[in-house]
Amino acid sequence: MEGRDFSVAGTAASKIKKMLTEVGFEPEIIRRTTVVAYEAAMNIVIHAFRGRLLVHIEADGIGLTAIDEGPGIPDVAMAMQEGYSTASASIREMGFGAGMGLPNIKRHADGLAIETKVGEGTTLKAWINCKKG
Amino acid sequence: MPEYFHSVTLDRDKCKGCTNCIKGCPTEAIRVRDGKAVIIEERCIDCGECIRVCPNRAKAALTEELKDIARFQRPIALIPPSLYGQFPPHVSPGAIAAALEAIGFARVVEVGLAAEYVTEAVAEYLEEHQSPRPLISSACPAVVRLIQVRFPSLADLIIRVEAPIEVAAVIARGGEQGEGVFFISPCPAKMTSIKQPVGRARSGLDGALSMAEVYGQMLPLLRKVEPLPGYPQASHVGTSWGRSGGEREGVSGRSLAVHGIHHVIKIFELIEQGGLTDYEFIEAQSCPAGCVGGCLTVENPFVAETNLRHIASRYPIGMGHRPKVAGEVLRLAKPITPRKIWQLDDDATRAMAKLLLLQETEKELPGLDCGSCGSPSCRTLAEDIVRGRASINDCIFNLRERVRRLAEEMVDLAGKVPPAMAGGEGETIDSE
Repeated sequence: MEGRDFSVAGTAASKIKKMLTEVGFEPEIIRRTTVVAYEAAMNIVIHAFRGRLLVHIEADGIGLTAIDEGPGIPDVAMAMQEGYSTASASIREMGFGAGMGLPNIKRHADGLAIETKVGEGTTLKAWINCKKG
Repeated sequence: MPEYFHSVTLDRDKCKGCTNCIKGCPTEAIRVRDGKAVIIEERCIDCGECIRVCPNRAKAALTEELKDIARFQRPIALIPPSLYGQFPPHVSPGAIAAALEAIGFARVVEVGLAAEYVTEAVAEYLEEHQSPRPLISSACPAVVRLIQVRFPSLADLIIRVEAPIEVAAVIARGGEQGEGVFFISPCPAKMTSIKQPVGRARSGLDGALSMAEVYGQMLPLLRKVEPLPGYPQASHVGTSWGRSGGEREGVSGRSLAVHGIHHVIKIFELIEQGGLTDYEFIEAQSCPAGCVGGCLTVENPFVAETNLRHIASRYPIGMGHRPKVAGEVLRLAKPITPRKIWQLDDDATRAMAKLLLLQETEKELPGLDCGSCGSPSCRTLAEDIVRGRASINDCIFNLRERVRRLAEEMVDLAGKVPPAMAGGEGETIDSE
């Protein structure tokens, strides 16, 4: 995915949703994963130069890894707060970058880890548990 | 009854096996096999997109015919506002009602009036259910089925209020049985919702007639009949339900109206990705411009919408006094459950392996989505192959490539002359 390509985030989330449906996950798991995938992809689109979104389907859950080349996050704790955003004014005017991305990911995922290096990029790993049924 | 009833059917004689319908189908429910379109029953939502695009008129909607109403002594017609939009505004709804009585109905009941009860019930439902948001209208049966098939995680967002035609059927019967109740339908989805309802055990209607068929019968009578006195009674609100945006006008709070099935899909994707939570209500209609643009209508959808706006503007804004309808009539009794049909295998591990195979197979395909294989896209062909319903050789580009390689190999082999033949390049055996 290239930064600033706003249409790509929705497409990526839809593709992931389709795959999960074909494997046969429960609608609620699919919904949460779709939200996480969309928000992670939007973070790349808004902040980074380019990035990739990887899906790992395991027996007990779904892992999403978003790897980007970008500015990195100087203060992760701050970025996790609702409403905190470093998005530019022009992006915020369009209704994006409301500072809800990371909090939303945290709310919908069961696990979240962020590795980031300022000036290099960020790797976000999210995990969604699946009840064994 | 079989597991799925579908109003949308195929006339095999007319079908030429072109690929117009498979490309436009919102649920990837059609394939071309043996030169004819085949509908995958569990995926079809009866939206009628294939009827709209078929150049050979091979796709049709199964509805009742006018002669079928004669099996009842006093057949009743339920008239939706979308029917008014099919005529220029100088044709009054009263004349339309009278013309329907002239072609064989004993009585008529307006669905617009029932829509006002539904409007109130939706407002109540939104009040009672404060979260989550947004909630989605249940009025369009094709949209409800779209959610069941493609957006299972949105099933809980559907407002469990009955659609106007069922409420109209209750009003029409007035507690009496034995009269046939028929809907003058702009779409096949309504017919399907009568034969196989979602959210209730059985429909209160006996059938539906195609609006296009009835239109032809009514047209010569419109000038001759006296408009039915006291018709219609519905206000601006109920009458506007026939067009996109009409339904949401009766709902307070932030709402959105979307029409055309492919636009509806885009909105549902946004909701699924966590968006539009600041909206209270989503009105979603499968057909362009709303019910006035159903595939069984006659007039251009946008002309019909304009006609209906003119007609609705004549009626009072506020909803009038109506006899009380019992609350349970307005609520859907049964939950709306998703159709689980996309799993590649019942076993999750095997499904996962098939997904990987699907992705590998997709890479072998040209990605042109030409449809010549009979599947709507290269990805769908890959899916069909993994499900054992198609072969990689169904791809004409893949097949051509294989033929080319085979031909090259044949030319190569043809150049090799056996050593015993004159001029042969056979190896010489060095004798020691």
